[in-house]
Amino acid sequence: MRTDCYDVYSIYRVIETPQDFLPNGYPTRRQERDSAVSTGIGARVARKEDRRLLSGQARFVGDIKLPRQWEAAFVRSPIAHGRILKITKPVAFADRVFTVEDMDDVRPIRAESSLPTYNVSDQYVLAKDKVRFVGECIAICIAPTRAEAEDIAEQVQVEFDPLPPLVDAARARESDAPLVHEDWGNNLFLTTDFDSGLDEARANAAVVIEREYTTARQCMNPMEGKGTLAHWDEKAEQLVVHTSTQVPHLIRTGLSECLGLDQGSVRVIAPDVGGGFGYKCVLQPEEVSVSWVARKTGRPIRWTEDRREHLVAGANTRQHHYKITAYADDRGRILGLDAEVTVDIGAYSVWPFTACLEAAQAGGNLPGPYAFQHYRCKTYSVATNKPGLTPYRGVARPGVCFAMELTMDAIARAVGREPSEVRKDNLVQADQMPFTNVTKKFYDSGDYPESVVQAARSIGLEEFRARQAAARAQGKYLGIGFSTFTEQSAHGTKVFAAWGLPLVPGYEQAMVKITPSGSIEVRSGNHSFGQGLETTIAQVASEWLTVDIDRIKVTMGDTGLTPYSTGAYASRGMVMAGGAVSKAAEELAGRVKTHAAHLLQCSPEDIRLADGNAYAGEAHVSFADIARSWYLRPDLLPDDVNTAGLEVTEGYKPEIDTGVFTYATHAAIVEVDTGTGKVAIQDYVIFEDCGRRVNPLILEGQAYGGAAQGIGTALFEEVLYDANGQPLTSTLADYILPGPAELPHFRLDHAETLSPYTRHGIKGVGEGAAIAPSGAIVNAINDALRPFEVELNQIPATPERILSALLATDPAREAAE
Amino acid sequence: MKPAPFELSQPGTLDDARGLLAAGDADCRIIAGGQSLGPMLNLRLARPDRLVALSALPGLTECRETESHVEIGAAVTHARIEDGDCPEPIPGMLRHVAAGIAYRAVRNRGTIGGSLCHADPAADWVTAMTALGATLLISGEAGTRREVPMRDFMQGAYRTALKPGEILTTVRIPRYSAGARWGYYKICRKVGEFADAISAFVADPETRVCRVVFGSTGGAPLERPALARQLAETGAAAPLDEIKKDLLAAQSDLSPVKLQQMAIAHQRSVQEALSHD
Repeated sequence: MRTDCYDVYSIYRVIETPQDFLPNGYPTRRQERDSAVSTGIGARVARKEDRRLLSGQARFVGDIKLPRQWEAAFVRSPIAHGRILKITKPVAFADRVFTVEDMDDVRPIRAESSLPTYNVSDQYVLAKDKVRFVGECIAICIAPTRAEAEDIAEQVQVEFDPLPPLVDAARARESDAPLVHEDWGNNLFLTTDFDSGLDEARANAAVVIEREYTTARQCMNPMEGKGTLAHWDEKAEQLVVHTSTQVPHLIRTGLSECLGLDQGSVRVIAPDVGGGFGYKCVLQPEEVSVSWVARKTGRPIRWTEDRREHLVAGANTRQHHYKITAYADDRGRILGLDAEVTVDIGAYSVWPFTACLEAAQAGGNLPGPYAFQHYRCKTYSVATNKPGLTPYRGVARPGVCFAMELTMDAIARAVGREPSEVRKDNLVQADQMPFTNVTKKFYDSGDYPESVVQAARSIGLEEFRARQAAARAQGKYLGIGFSTFTEQSAHGTKVFAAWGLPLVPGYEQAMVKITPSGSIEVRSGNHSFGQGLETTIAQVASEWLTVDIDRIKVTMGDTGLTPYSTGAYASRGMVMAGGAVSKAAEELAGRVKTHAAHLLQCSPEDIRLADGNAYAGEAHVSFADIARSWYLRPDLLPDDVNTAGLEVTEGYKPEIDTGVFTYATHAAIVEVDTGTGKVAIQDYVIFEDCGRRVNPLILEGQAYGGAAQGIGTALFEEVLYDANGQPLTSTLADYILPGPAELPHFRLDHAETLSPYTRHGIKGVGEGAAIAPSGAIVNAINDALRPFEVELNQIPATPERILSALLATDPAREAAE
Repeated sequence: MKPAPFELSQPGTLDDARGLLAAGDADCRIIAGGQSLGPMLNLRLARPDRLVALSALPGLTECRETESHVEIGAAVTHARIEDGDCPEPIPGMLRHVAAGIAYRAVRNRGTIGGSLCHADPAADWVTAMTALGATLLISGEAGTRREVPMRDFMQGAYRTALKPGEILTTVRIPRYSAGARWGYYKICRKVGEFADAISAFVADPETRVCRVVFGSTGGAPLERPALARQLAETGAAAPLDEIKKDLLAAQSDLSPVKLQQMAIAHQRSVQEALSHD
């Protein structure tokens, strides 16, 4: 039986870091703190937000009800590719249906990029002239209830002239393929070419491995789908948009640009958000349409995405194809890697992350944690008649990690060595840190081979081989697989600028203040949608101010109330918002000490903060006393008091823009049922190093949740299309997500190598665990199936694919086993 | 995903229900637990003018036991059967099958009669009841009653022998002797998902009854007498290639993967049953 995940397996281990490696004397407490007396950094405290989330008191977009509010439903394209000849509104409801003809003042969503060869797509928020994927919005219909709005939507008649659909990414590169955007003359959003030279690697290779790998198109499936409620606030003269987003400040910019409004006239509020994973980090056409209709009609309008809309129009992520040739020596050390990556972008480029991000990440991250110095990579980002590709937890890395890790095992098999050993030899070694890899990624710190050693020890590699042999003798097929990766997190200004994005993150801002009663308020323009940021940034403030997080109120996600932030993506929230809160809280702690010194008649250097009080020796004043003096009894303060008061807004970014790299090794033991093709995960180990662990409990949740999604990618999730581009997986009966019974009892171990470049040594961790599972699990499947000489190179590794591969082998050989 | 408008009728008696169905002025559908029809309504794939709700009708939610038979009301939920709130014609089989249907939330509302009448090829009861040799009691026009053997009831994917206006009221299952054995094995992508392959058998040496049935075939459950004979005679399942040959003879369009899964399901249904002994 499975037991509760939150139990004894997390082993706390610290890799010693020289004190002088850490700048500026940031707190570097090494031990887990006693949470009864402290809620600072490192405390294993329950999440502040869970009381409302778990008791049904959270407030999602779907919970908000405004006076006179109506609901919206969209008419969506039933075909993948075609010209729109005519749209006929139902006569009785002509004033409740809006098409692109009505929205002539709305600009299309257009994600520019400065990268060479980039083709830009214009996405009209309601289709204009052409439809380019099944599910594309054509008209928006409004009514008092969603059911009535759907009744109207099905009366809207659209006549099409169908065009040949382009469904296959390889076909998209052919010169006679149908054109998704005619004016381009081809179907290429972007091609990139990186070449450091492979002649030497080729000349010296003892082993050459050639493989092709395929990953499926997926839907992200946050529990709460997308939702938007817009209304015009006459008093504020503002369009107020409640929307389920990770990036409220970016959405304000996007809406302003599309609607032609000054940004001061738009307020975006992200209320409680039930999961994002990247799906909610881009401007969606529905957000623009709903906002426009609300302004046009003067009525609050809400649209709530349903699961079918999500599975059709949100089928927008992770579809890659790889051709890889690896050159290695006779010990399996990679000398060079030649790769061709095709990314199936779909019809449109998302804003603001563009159609470039995925290929840029794929090309840049394919070498992963490995040290080889010869690399060539061509990428093709192709347009097809599918929804526009959106970055999903890990962005391109779940794909590149899968390709790289399977290649690593293929090399190990070719040279007859244990894959974990070959992996260790190829990884960047601890004494090489910091290390700049072949694609100029700057790996800041860590001991990558040690993560393999620890994962192998934890999962019991040594005794496993004997167990595997014994099981085979009984007709049971066990396999073990490893997967190692780096997770670039909180990469900043220069990296995003180099990707040619229209919006580049800079300094993250946060505000921290003391209220008149001595409690703390923290405001951040970042957002918490399940990652626990509401708790962890409170812990950062608590670290400096020594106030319990129960007395720290965190406000996020409202452009009207929070300082600017580009939001939560790229595993940046903890590093960036945490760093900004740290900087502001540090400054505020200093001001508190100055006030306290005056009240206690001593010097600020003599003041020590503890338990929400300021001490000078035994004498102390509380934060409430200090706050009262500033807000209510300024007569107690000296004339030269700091006029900035007890409220601080600070901006922060790490000392390097290149990101800080979390890394991990995942290891899995699976049993493949060669009768049914089913895979059972018997054991699953994660050894992770994400720098300072702000809250170990939340980290475990991130790791388990990410790995669960990764197992979905590895074994279950796949959007299927027919030859006409019709999605065949439009309900959860067809698009299979893993459930509790399909997940193993994850075991998680940690190292804690602090980043030298961030406040508190924190590294980002949100995406990581979703990256590695496909590599670990499919390597384990291939290890299990070695007696059959069967190798899977496609995910999800479904029973159908495994059985097909087994049935295709020589039956005589199967019988001989 | 909201249904098109419909009227909901909740008759108090079987006669009233039949009256509503017979009125003939509207496209009328019966709804019991709504676990299959509900999603189809929401997707607007089913667009009836009127729904006649049966799950509260007296008589349809009762189970009875006689010396020779077990009778289960058509509106008895999977959850009640799973919980043992229903007599077993052969110890443990109904509870085992019920517990494997979808998820508990579905089992709480879904009914045995609804599942049989919906006739989804991948559903559990159509296969289990064929293996058990059940008879379906059907109430028709003006109170007439007829009985249809399960093997004649399902006529294809989502097609049954029910005529317009008829209501399935009771599932009657013969009782088996103490020496009887059963097996039920299904292969699904994940717990609670529709099956990719199902194989069931019921064997009673005393009455010399043995049935081997395959489900999730794309149509009505497939009964394979030759495999049943082999099982009865040898006490073991046939070898894999023989099972496959027999299945292909019945249905030539089975893919290699489907065939493999069906054959394995049969072997394992037998292995599991024998390992209980």
